[in-house]
Amino acid sequence: MSVERVIQLAHGGGGRLTRELIETQIVPRFGQGPLKGLPDGATLASPGGRLVFTTDSFVVQPLEFPGGNIGDLAVHGTVNDLSVCGGEPKWLSLALILEEGLRFEVLERVLNAVKRAADACGVTVATGDTKVVARGQGDGIYINTAGIGAACPEFSLGVERLREGDRVLVSGTLADHGMAVLAARQELGFGEGLRSDTAPVHRLVRAVRDLGAAVRFMRDPTRGGVATVLNEMVEDRAVGIRLCESDLPLAPATRAVAEMLGIDPLHAASEGRMILVCAPEAEAEILRRWRALPEGAGAAAMGTVSADKGRVILETLAGGHRLVDVPRGELLPRIC
Amino acid sequence: MMKYIDGFRNPAVAAEFVRRIASQGRELAARSRVVHIMEVCGSHTMAIGRYGIRTLLPENAILISGPGCPVCVTDPGYLDAAVALAMRGVTVVTFGDMVRVPGSTTNLAACRAAGGDVRVCYSPSLALDLAKADPNREVVFLAVGFETTIAPVVSLVEDARREGVRNLSLLTAFKRVPPALRALAADPELKIDAFLCPAHVSAVIGANAYETFAAEYRVPCVIAGFEPLDILYGVYGILAQVLAGEARVENQYARVARPEGNLKAQERIARYLEPVDAPWRGIGVLPASGLGLRPEFVEYDAVRRFGVSVEGGRQHAGCRCGDVIKGKIRPAECALFAKACTPDNPVGPCMVSAEGTCAASFKYEVPEAEREEA
Repeated sequence: MSVERVIQLAHGGGGRLTRELIETQIVPRFGQGPLKGLPDGATLASPGGRLVFTTDSFVVQPLEFPGGNIGDLAVHGTVNDLSVCGGEPKWLSLALILEEGLRFEVLERVLNAVKRAADACGVTVATGDTKVVARGQGDGIYINTAGIGAACPEFSLGVERLREGDRVLVSGTLADHGMAVLAARQELGFGEGLRSDTAPVHRLVRAVRDLGAAVRFMRDPTRGGVATVLNEMVEDRAVGIRLCESDLPLAPATRAVAEMLGIDPLHAASEGRMILVCAPEAEAEILRRWRALPEGAGAAAMGTVSADKGRVILETLAGGHRLVDVPRGELLPRIC
Repeated sequence: MMKYIDGFRNPAVAAEFVRRIASQGRELAARSRVVHIMEVCGSHTMAIGRYGIRTLLPENAILISGPGCPVCVTDPGYLDAAVALAMRGVTVVTFGDMVRVPGSTTNLAACRAAGGDVRVCYSPSLALDLAKADPNREVVFLAVGFETTIAPVVSLVEDARREGVRNLSLLTAFKRVPPALRALAADPELKIDAFLCPAHVSAVIGANAYETFAAEYRVPCVIAGFEPLDILYGVYGILAQVLAGEARVENQYARVARPEGNLKAQERIARYLEPVDAPWRGIGVLPASGLGLRPEFVEYDAVRRFGVSVEGGRQHAGCRCGDVIKGKIRPAECALFAKACTPDNPVGPCMVSAEGTCAASFKYEVPEAEREEA
């Protein structure tokens, strides 16, 4: 009988086991390109022009959830941040903090997901690091990814460009990631059919690049959900946003669970969606292009930039209206 | 499930109700009448905010949020007793909202940070589990709630007796809705023309429980559910009664609430509990408005078991939660609201509970720019 293979403290000690970990887990997946020969730093060919640079850490629990795991989440999160800044993602760093006792099979599933996601996004894992912390000092795996992208000159994005009458589009259903992770963590016993939306949005951005002038602003509604992104967009501005509750795209399972738990779907995270504000004349074309892509199949217009100075207002199903507040306190701890 | 819910949120039907209510509003205006409708359930308060119901009503149909949240009406002295128990080594188990409710000088969250054993639960059964796991540990459950939650909580006593658990007790602050309605209707300073009665509480106590009250005080009582259409229909029913000069109990929640209520729950409540005079924060002591353990269950009564006092609590001098609960002022009329008192830093209980009137108003009515959070 074999003992289950797990991460040991020595895997982070810099000695033989560290070497073995890198050579068996990292090199076969990412060892081509800049990582070849395991230099201390990656030497990259400049794409020319301006660069976009971002970083994000991932501490989601559970590590694996319906629709994905911490590995693809860590790639998508950084790729999406680059994308909504108008960047074409090029390179990622991958830093792993592993907890002693982590099963190798989990690590392998996570790294496979990183590899698959990076390939799908056309980004190269150019550099990385692995550390191991003692049992009880981590939570299985923490991942940090930093990313570099080439800024697309077609875009000039900024909330100061929002004009009354602009349209607020979203690339798919809201809150699926937040609700799926919450249901998986709580072992709720309901929430069948819930699935995280973790996915890259770079193709959605690429699809509208030539309409750059009509695109005012882009953002991915992760932590804090749509409510937070929209409130940040109009804070201290002369414009506001009006959303129409009946236009909010929501998957039936997500809506049902949010309803049961009393969570506002506008407060819950997506990890594969983007919000885009555009000039009204570009709305139809952007939606047409997005809907032609699988990740944009559920794209919808959900609101309009309005004269409601600094406020986000929801026109409710009942026909009334109310403020859309940012979530307070811990809604869903550690969803990304 | 969502198909069922969607039926109660149909925008076209809502629009029709709004039209009819507007027309009732014009009729009332022709008679120079303003109608104050009080809702006495936190779920109504939240739904009214979430669906912007106030923005749909005519100016002369005014919704007032009454004492609808059990956390908000809990007296500071009760919190003091809970803190005292936790500080002397008792494990205190509570629903989450109670943790931040201010007592006289501190709250359970601060007490926990200082080393008190305070556990937040989603189900009262955690208290029983903890007591069973360690018979040497005294466990007290903070038994707060209206009629809706009382029956499941007293099951703890039933379970503890059956399983021979002797280290579990309840610190009770149960409240009954009908005596509160009576006190509000009788208050000469208040002008309440009608009550929108709570769906879930009514499912337990039954529609009949409001009959004598409605007749005696000549106030229409309409029992309504928590969906936007339920609430609009409830307002419509109330205004129809006012226009017709009627004052009766109308049960619009007959899909769940029966005239006699839930007899099984009532029987269980009566077996373990008896009416007691109870303090309501901001209102005062109301006769027979609470429920306490019957003498034969004294060993499960934390007050007697530990000799703690739930009296003599003090609240923040500037806090006007009492006036908010009574419907005398809207939250924004309190000097502390959205300034010294916010959901992140609550001074009064109406801001603590997610269902509190001030929390709902803050969440759905105060723009970010007008908040002066510390």
